[in-house]
Amino acid sequence: MAAAGQEKTVSDYIVHHLTNLTYGKLPEGFHRHDGHTVAEGGEWAFAHGADEIAAMGFNAVHVDSLAWSIGLGIIFCALFRWVAVRASADTPSGFVNAIEMIVEFIDNQVKDTFHAQNKLIAPLALTIFVWVFLMNLMDLIPVDVVPELLLLAGVEYQKIVPSTDPNITMGMALGVFILMLYYSITVKGFGFVKELTMNPFNHWAFIPVNLFMEVVGLLAKPFSLGLRLFGNMYAGEMIFILIAALFGAGIFWMLPAALLQLGWAIFHILVITLQAFIFMVLTIVYLSMAHEDH
Amino acid sequence: MNINLTLIGQMVAFLVFVAFCMRYVWPPIMAAMEERQQKIADGLAAADRASHDLELAQKEAVDRLAEAKKEAAGIVDSANKRAATLIDEAKAAAVVEADRVKELANAEVEREKAQAKEQLMAQVSALAISGAEKVLAAEIDADKHANLLKQLVEEQ
Repeated sequence: MAAAGQEKTVSDYIVHHLTNLTYGKLPEGFHRHDGHTVAEGGEWAFAHGADEIAAMGFNAVHVDSLAWSIGLGIIFCALFRWVAVRASADTPSGFVNAIEMIVEFIDNQVKDTFHAQNKLIAPLALTIFVWVFLMNLMDLIPVDVVPELLLLAGVEYQKIVPSTDPNITMGMALGVFILMLYYSITVKGFGFVKELTMNPFNHWAFIPVNLFMEVVGLLAKPFSLGLRLFGNMYAGEMIFILIAALFGAGIFWMLPAALLQLGWAIFHILVITLQAFIFMVLTIVYLSMAHEDH
Repeated sequence: MNINLTLIGQMVAFLVFVAFCMRYVWPPIMAAMEERQQKIADGLAAADRASHDLELAQKEAVDRLAEAKKEAAGIVDSANKRAATLIDEAKAAAVVEADRVKELANAEVEREKAQAKEQLMAQVSALAISGAEKVLAAEIDADKHANLLKQLVEEQ
């Protein structure tokens, strides 16, 4: 009985950590947790519990994900703009030098992979790399710190790692996908249609087969982009939460949990950088393919 | 794991940040870095050129020095020669002058000797005549014998 009660607490803990702070529109007639029924025309409110979130459907916003993501994006823009204003041909000082190293690294990556002329690609790659890295970096903040502090301030849920939210990763992936389509059409024109219909079997009779295969291949790109990042970060976050739950399992679990936490955090430094890098490189590769005429 | 409006929000934010980066971040940083690269390349080229120039200058300095040494040696040599000639000339001139002076002196001596001899002869003959006059005063006619003595002097 006691074991079952404890298990429920741990699972509650984990579910709580995996729930976004959601603001959305409840449908009319929905019975809320405090007993009252949503009036006609629906009601915009912060969701309490999984069933309310489910009832909101698409008409909801993950306030925490968006706030952290946009906040980190603004930090990125502010930092790099600060450096851009101070950048000159003179000897660069410490911080400017560090930022310039990142910029040069991105520039080399783009030059290696992308051979067409497009002024968008390098800034796009820089934004993706630094922004995704910053979002992933939130993973290294101990999982309880921010949610518990905000709970004291009355905020019920808080997920501080935006890249563990598929909306965020897929949002960026779809942004890249739109650019892919845009450049495929503007650069290749009719060649894009030909590419979709005449590959890999170059005969008119195979057009339906070709179209099916090519469209699946095309659609797979944004999904692989967005879901790879989401999957990696979600799994990493999950393990951090499990390790955090382990701290509560008793005094003897303290030391192993601390070691696990340390080990996983160190390993994660590699993972977050690698995932940001992969997202960036794949974006460059996909856009490079969008520019190459066969 | 709900897909909702967050997706749209993130897409918009993404495009806005990319646009900001493309407009206000990337160009100034790249421009500064390229300018610096150019500056460094120029600096290295200038350093190369300067070291090359230095090498040339050193070579030229060595050449000039050797030339100057050669010239100086030539000058010293010719000066020595000139000095030797001058000394020789001076020696010759001195010898000639000495000979001339000696000749002059000899001639003077000769002349004075002749003069003295003549005076002495005249005095001796006068003395002889006066002596003879005294001895022969009584008996010898001075005018008669003077002719004789004059003859004697002339025979001398």
